[in-house]
Parts: sequence; C-alpha cells; structure tokens
Amino acid sequence: MPPTEANAPQQDERVPVMQRILDNPFLLLFLGVTLPTVLYLIWGVMEVASVPLAK
Amino acid sequence: MTAETVIGAVGAKAEFRTCQYTGLKVDAAAQKLIIANAVAAVVFLLLGGVMGLLVALTRWPAVHLLPADWFYLVLTGHGANVLLFWIIFFEMAILYFASAVLLNSRLAAPKLAWLGFLLMIAGAVMGNVAVLQGESSVMFTSYPPMMARPHFYLSIILFAVGALIGCGIFFATLVIAKEERTYEGSIPLVTFGALTAAIIAVFTIASGAVILIPTMLWSMGLISDIDPLLYKVVWWGMGHSSQQINVSAHVSIWYLTAALLIGAKPLSEKVSRTAFLMYILFLQLASAHHLLAEPGLDASWKIVNTSYMMYLAVMGSMVHGLTVPGAIEAAQRRNGFNRGMFEWLRKAPWGHPAFSAMFLSLVFFGFIGGISGVVLGTEQLNVLMHNTIYVPGHFHGTVVAGTTLAFMGATYLVLPLIFQREILWPKLAKMQPYLFGIGAAGISLFMMGAGTLGVARRHWDITFSDANLSFAHSAGAFLMMGLNGIFAIIAAVGGAIYVVVVVGTVLFGEKIKGGHKLTFPLHAGGGAVASHYGSEKTPKLPGTIILVTIFFVCFVLYYFINWKYLSELWLFR
Repeated sequence: MPPTEANAPQQDERVPVMQRILDNPFLLLFLGVTLPTVLYLIWGVMEVASVPLAK
Repeated sequence: MTAETVIGAVGAKAEFRTCQYTGLKVDAAAQKLIIANAVAAVVFLLLGGVMGLLVALTRWPAVHLLPADWFYLVLTGHGANVLLFWIIFFEMAILYFASAVLLNSRLAAPKLAWLGFLLMIAGAVMGNVAVLQGESSVMFTSYPPMMARPHFYLSIILFAVGALIGCGIFFATLVIAKEERTYEGSIPLVTFGALTAAIIAVFTIASGAVILIPTMLWSMGLISDIDPLLYKVVWWGMGHSSQQINVSAHVSIWYLTAALLIGAKPLSEKVSRTAFLMYILFLQLASAHHLLAEPGLDASWKIVNTSYMMYLAVMGSMVHGLTVPGAIEAAQRRNGFNRGMFEWLRKAPWGHPAFSAMFLSLVFFGFIGGISGVVLGTEQLNVLMHNTIYVPGHFHGTVVAGTTLAFMGATYLVLPLIFQREILWPKLAKMQPYLFGIGAAGISLFMMGAGTLGVARRHWDITFSDANLSFAHSAGAFLMMGLNGIFAIIAAVGGAIYVVVVVGTVLFGEKIKGGHKLTFPLHAGGGAVASHYGSEKTPKLPGTIILVTIFFVCFVLYYFINWKYLSELWLFR
C-alpha cells in the first residue's frame, strides 16, 4: 500500500543519533565497561607495573 | 531474531495481574523475585544495622563498648552487610521492578533469576559466618597483606556471581519487552536509571572477580603474594563502583516516587538521560579518589580519573538535583499548588513516608554526600582528610542518608503494590523517615567534623591509651565522636522502626483486595507517568531555582573553605 499523506511524514521521521545511542542498552553497556576499564583499570595497573622494584 | 533465540530457554508463558493503583501488568514470577530480594535485603539491613550501632558506640569515647578484636570483627560485618548485602538485594528488586513491571513485560528466565538469588543468599550467609568465626576481620576493603579465610573471599565471589545473573536477567527482560512490544518508543526514565545501575554493576562485579579470585587463591596458599597497590587499584574498581550502582538506583527511585505520588514527569527526558549517560561513562572513574595519597601512582592518572572525568559525573548528579525537585514543583503547580514560591513544597505529601524519605534523601545526598565527595575527589584537598573518619562521614551521607533512606521510602510503595499488604502502624511509618534521616545526617556531619579535626577512620581508640608516644585530640574531636554516637542511636531507632513496620506489614498487614483505599494513596495516573516516556511541557520553576541557588552557594563556600584550610597547613615559599 502506498503511503498516505497522513502517515508518510511519520515514516520518514528520523530518530536523532543521540536518542538511538540512548535506546541501545548493549552499546551503553559496552561504553560503560570499556571506558573505566581503559582509563581506570588498565592505565592504573600499568602505573603500578612501572614502579621500579626495590633492590 | 526473536527474544527466545537471543536469550535461550525462556518460558513464554507468564501469569499477570493488573495493579489496581498503577494499572501496570505485574508478572507473577517477577513479583515473587521482588518479594524474595526485598525480604533478604531487610534481614541483612537488620544485621548490618545492629553491627553499625555497636561500631558507633565503641567509637564514642565515653562508652567505648567493644574490645578491639570484637570492634574490628563487627566493623567488617557492618561493611559487608550494609554496603553489599542489604543494598544489592534491594537493587535486584529494583532491577526486576524497573524491567518487568514498568515495561509490562514478563521476566526473562525466572528459574535462572532464582539461581542468582540463591547464590547471593549463599554468599551473604557464608560471608557472615566467615566474619563471625573471627579470623576474617580484614574490614570491608580487605587490603593485603591482611589475610582472611578463603571462604570470606569466596562468599563475596558467590554473591557477585548471583548479582551478575540478576543483571543478565534485567538485560534479557529489556530484550523481551522490546521484542514483544510491551512498551512504545524509548524505555521509561526510571528503567533507564536502572539500566545505568546494571551497567555499572557489570563493571563492578568484573573488577571484583579480577582481584578477589587471585586473593582467595593467595589465602589458600596457591599464590605466593598479592601486590598491595595493585590490589587497591583493582579492588576500588569494585569497592567504589558498587556505591555508584546505589547512586544510579536511588536517583531512579527519586524519579519513580515523584511520578507515583505526584504524577511528576521529568522536566526533560533528554537532559535527565544525558545525566544518566554521564554516570555510565564517568562515575566509576571516581574510584581513583581512594588512591589520591598513593605514591606509586602518577598524578596524571589521578587527576584524569578524578578532577577531570569525575566532575562530568558530578555534573550528572547536579542535573538530577535540579530536575527531580523541578519535576515535583512542575507537577505540584499543575495539581493546583501555584501560590507564591513554595506552596508546591509546603503542600507536598510530607505525611507519606515514601515522599518524605525520597525528599530527605535528595537533600542529604546533595548537601552532605555530594559536596563532601567533590572535596574528597580533589587531589589537593584530599590530603586534608585522607583516611580520616571524614571518609566514612562522606559515604554515610551518600549510602545511608542518600541510598538507604531512598530505599526505605521505596519500601512503603513496594509493600502495598507488590506484597499487596496495607501498611501496619501508619503513624510509626510516617515518623520513621524523619527519625532515620536526621540520625543518618547527624552521623555523616559529625564524622566529617571529627575527620576535619584529624580523627582516623577505623581506629578502635582515639585516646591512644596504649601508645608509646602519647597524643591527644582536641576536645572538639571528642565532642564530635560523642555526637556521632548519639545520632547513631537516633538512626538505629529509625532503622528499628523501619524493620518493625516492614516485618509487621508483611506478616500481619491487611491483605489488599479490589476497591481497597490505601492509607498512603498514590497520584491518579502516577503509574502511567512512571511507565511512559514523556517530558513536562513548559514548566515554571521559581522555587526550585532558589533551592538550587542555595545549594550552589553552600557548595562554593565549603569548597573554598577547604582550600583556605589547605593554605593554612602548608607554607609554600
């Protein structure tokens, strides 16, 4: 069925990028785990690993 | 791809009832799990609360109740029971409510959810046994080289695995609800807040597993040693982030309570969701503020994780601090309370324990826990109170006066809506949030005061009676610790009333049937507001703007007073 005038604009309406991000729980899960893992955990562990050993 | 193929063996059949007060469809399986988790939460709150009172009475110099070995045992149990077990059991109940109930969906894999619950129960019981056996008094942080018995670490691992299963059920229920189109458009804001909590929980539990499994092997003698600094870095990824789950969960409860009791819609869905996104991205990084005094870590790591990224999460909290009271003001004005600046606040349902608990939680979390958290998270200022009793003062402002009070308030909604019991002893229930809130706020403030005067955290005896070199704290420090003890008793009385009302209601409360009028009523249409996407249109918020301005003035003054203290400590030449 061809789109009528009434429903055509609704079909064409684009969901904003930010809303698409916020509507994607698994993307948010990925971001929410990756960012602190890199900035806090991995960087922090590298800091500890770079402390010279006492001789 | 269907929900069944995504999730695996999901029972497609579910029994629903329709809530007569909210109009929400309640899945029977979700309801049973919410009840089980809420009951377990209250049991461990009771245990942890009694231990907390014993800690406070020991730290009150005039009372000094327990001997040293018992003090450290009880302090360990207090931390585990209230910081982990009470709060995470309750958060599981919130996750199931915010997914299955608010989305009108069936719960994914209820049998798996029960397995998760049983693992959490096994972990919590084993943890208490390990602590009470007396050889695991390593306190909540369990820093090596202090070593606990292997089953102490195992208990936390079991509990965490159970909670991780609960998070998985939450995500799977989101998939089912979307697949079966039980809601339109985006998920409601309360569910989005719960999603934020679940995401932070996944990072938290992963960090815990990374460090606690090798630490357990070390305590079994299978690993020769654990580097203390490495342990601290990874452990705080769990230890502090677990408290960020609380923040996300209790902010969700604020929005839920405002919606159900007043019909308050978010001022702006976009703004509130962006604030939650800031939590998802940046809140866990605040874990670094526990390590600001560690010499082995570079200043760049410390400052990026606290002074830069943490402030973005703080901005998220400040957004919620504006939008929650703003949403209440907008709804109250829509409900007809339009006179002057503050009629909306004066005529708010202060006699409803869920509302009073929610609003007090909002105020105390912002003014006490929030402001002190920013001060502690500033590298320079942190040295003023690092490892003093100021730190427990801060987190009693966030976790007790903030999260616990909000969860207590939510209980007064869960009892009639999920347990379907009328609240017993409504007069006691009305006064309970005030009593507990004032007690918890007092504990926080006086511990922070004592910490500012140099009193160490976790110290059995501030008189240093058996020290070779004598040291005397100021009289003000002793006064603060005494006041802390008095307010701990007030909070304990408030906590005891909560347990009595909840247990009494569950066992003896009138069973709610069709047409029953609630003692503490909800707003007509509150259920629809809580379960749908949608913002308030053209809100006017003069009262909220004044309240927020007062908050900012307090924030700025306190922040700069601490810089003044710092300038008096050291002379820079």
